[in-house]
Amino acid sequence: MPTTNPMNVFDVAGRAMSAQLVRMNTAASNLANAGAVSTTEADAYRPLKAVFAEQLDKSTGLSTVRVASVSRSAATPIRQHDPGHPLADANGDVWSAPVDENAEMVEMMDSSRQYQNMVEALTTAKQLLLDTVRMK
Amino acid sequence: MSDAANNTSLFGVHGMALELRSQRMGLLASNIANAATPGYKAKDIDFATALKARIQGASTDQAAKTAVQYRVPVMPSLDGNTVEMGAEQVAFSQNAIGYASTLAFLTDEVGEVKRAIKGE
Repeated sequence: MPTTNPMNVFDVAGRAMSAQLVRMNTAASNLANAGAVSTTEADAYRPLKAVFAEQLDKSTGLSTVRVASVSRSAATPIRQHDPGHPLADANGDVWSAPVDENAEMVEMMDSSRQYQNMVEALTTAKQLLLDTVRMK
Repeated sequence: MSDAANNTSLFGVHGMALELRSQRMGLLASNIANAATPGYKAKDIDFATALKARIQGASTDQAAKTAVQYRVPVMPSLDGNTVEMGAEQVAFSQNAIGYASTLAFLTDEVGEVKRAIKGE
């Protein structure tokens, strides 16, 4: 989302925070779908992953982050033999989502830490600029 | 550029320093924003070099640009990102304190000029 105005520290922080939010949402979606099963391999849930890219504003030298893509992981669904399952196929197998719950939890913690860091930096920057405006 | 146009005669070195501190704050915020961007290289302004260039007549943007350097990571990560949160936080808070002190000097200066104008 390129804007014509030069970027400032608030743009940097705002966009970084929304990017981290997208990342947290993908982790939450993956966790929510952990253990979900389906009849065919093609229908099984595949984990989502947000891919970040740097967005540089050449006029100011500031760079923020944008979500370049939200891609599906290529991990193969796990085949489980469960003939009693209502979704089982002719062989009595179901396919469950290949979600690594531990990795997703770590992803979520990392994302929220970085979000908090950005908020902290933003609060400091805001206070300093307010002090400058009031000259006190 | 004349001193009057630059406002250097009124605010002295503190005016220049405040602008550069603000530039550095933006750069450090960019680093914090890109903590999870693959391949991002953290940058920082060498403040002493930037201020020297500014005093010698370069514009704020030029002075900041000449003093930008890539940060050398203590331990590079696999995805090529060189942001180390601890280092960035320390640099950010140090810069914030520098900004606040410079601002305090400036405020004093402005107060002095105000008192002179009022003839107190």
